[in-house]
Amino acid sequence: MATTAAAPLDTEALLDRSAGGGGRPRRGPGRILAWVALVLIMAATLFPFLWMIRTAFSNGAALSTQPASLLPVEPTLGAFRRVLGLASTEEAQAQGGSGAAIDFGRYLLNSVLVSVLITAGQVFFGALAAYAFARLRWPGRDTVFFLFLTALMVPPIFTQLPNFLLMRDLGLLNTYAAIVLPFFFMTPFAIFFLRQFFLGIPHEVEEAARLDGAGPLRRFFGVILPMASGPITTLAILQYVQAWSEYFWPLLVASEENVRVLTVGLGIFRAQTPQGTPDWSGMMAGTLLAALPVLLLFAVFSRKIVNSIGFSGVK
Amino acid sequence: MATTSRVARPRLSSTGDALRPDSNGSTRERLTALAFIAPALLGFAVFYFWPTLRGVYFSFTEYDVFNAPVFVGLDNYRALFADATFGNAMLVTVEYVAINIISQTVLALLIAVLLHRVTRSVFVRSIVVMPYLVANVVVALLFYWMLDAQIGITNQFLGWLGIEPVAFFGDQNLAIPTIALVNTWRHVGYTALLLFAGMVMIPHDVYEAGRVDGASEWKMFWRITLPLLRPVLALVLVITVVGSFQAFDTVAVTTAGGPGDASRVIQYYIFDLAFQRLQFGYASAVSVVLFVILAAVALVQLKLMRAGESDVA
Repeated sequence: MATTAAAPLDTEALLDRSAGGGGRPRRGPGRILAWVALVLIMAATLFPFLWMIRTAFSNGAALSTQPASLLPVEPTLGAFRRVLGLASTEEAQAQGGSGAAIDFGRYLLNSVLVSVLITAGQVFFGALAAYAFARLRWPGRDTVFFLFLTALMVPPIFTQLPNFLLMRDLGLLNTYAAIVLPFFFMTPFAIFFLRQFFLGIPHEVEEAARLDGAGPLRRFFGVILPMASGPITTLAILQYVQAWSEYFWPLLVASEENVRVLTVGLGIFRAQTPQGTPDWSGMMAGTLLAALPVLLLFAVFSRKIVNSIGFSGVK
Repeated sequence: MATTSRVARPRLSSTGDALRPDSNGSTRERLTALAFIAPALLGFAVFYFWPTLRGVYFSFTEYDVFNAPVFVGLDNYRALFADATFGNAMLVTVEYVAINIISQTVLALLIAVLLHRVTRSVFVRSIVVMPYLVANVVVALLFYWMLDAQIGITNQFLGWLGIEPVAFFGDQNLAIPTIALVNTWRHVGYTALLLFAGMVMIPHDVYEAGRVDGASEWKMFWRITLPLLRPVLALVLVITVVGSFQAFDTVAVTTAGGPGDASRVIQYYIFDLAFQRLQFGYASAVSVVLFVILAAVALVQLKLMRAGESDVA
């Protein structure tokens, strides 16, 4: 999707400043109404997740008997066994599966591998470039930065058609390299995000190291990078989630079983039953496996993520 | 609002330059810079710049992906005008964008105001943004199931209200609104958080003053929040509109463009042309058009935004 970027903004700091009630409405019917609205919004957000879980733990063949039951219908782990390729064809079909071979365990590993590689590359190379843009002086710097900015304007599909040909010509189709490479070295967002943070570090900090005789390399790794651990964590999480969700590109270059990522696997699973009744519980078990890792990551870092979403992290 | 203007007009020279007047740095610094920028430059050249040039070139060729491309001049662009499927794809995309953006922006504003004026709880904000963390494909399949015509929960619910089952994804007229609203569900919380971050930057004594003057929350929204939020809102709109024009994932895993061409949005059409009909040259021409449209949309919106900034600051 299109990306634009700016400064890492700490919403929390702003919140602290405006704490103390600053003109917030007090009690009254309006406030109760507002809370009712908030609760409704949260319910509308959470219910689909509940439904995903409820269906994933149901017996697919029995779903139609109690389509509105809030709890799993004939609770079973069958759907998970099925999508992980652990169930026999008969067992799968008995519970509403298609019986076709599918291995979400493999896709899960592929997704983790690919997303970790993409995130590592983007954060590391992005930090290097951001430092060069923010704190080093070199001829042509502003021109190159402007060029990078224009990369934000190009819709991904525009570059992905030729990039597909490039991967094909390099003989990389259906390899991890094909999925990772276009995102690995540079993403405008990472560079802008970190550049904005680096710009904000007072020059005295680096100047002190410079006077001690530290060159740019040592100043970057020894002084600047440790200071940026907060924004780097935030960036890494955002990029990981992004890489994890990517569907279009891996669909083009890596649909074969051994390198298939979760999103592509889900698309294929869905297509396995175009007619008749889809294997709903299997499908929901697959989506749950795909959603769980990022949701767990989020559970750990939610405060950090939520507070760093500003036009800061517009993305 | 300083952050916002930085987004619109990134400062091309960093503040640090004041330290030393010579803007080109020492040799050592230049070499370091070159080494630091090299990987990103490589990535930019190989995966952004070169394919952009190639994409434009392919748009002037006939290319079936297997044989060498044949230059055909403007033929592809001429064909566009006669291509009813392309016209339909544009229409469908615009319908999608309109429904998606309007519903998403209105809801996000409401949520942002609630987050801003009622509670500042991180927990509530975490819940609201959760759908955004889940892949498009996951959200698409989840709603494909919940909206299923036979045993989907939505139709069970409609059944209790005495409404006949609705084939949300299978109906010509409903496919696009359904897909648009599914994507609204995924993105609305994130958009709300962006708007919320903009609201937090509004000085709170403005609201204090408003309350002293006896203004209602409703009035304060229209008189304080919305005008002061305009630059942020405009920026958020640029990003969401440009993103919305590129909808693909949800369509690909639910309707695959159907029924008929009812949900064949532009990005899916490009995919279809390039990888199913192997008309790579023509697909490139369509993506050039998409590129131009998006650039125009962004430009117009950014212009509006700058106009907005002046009467706020």
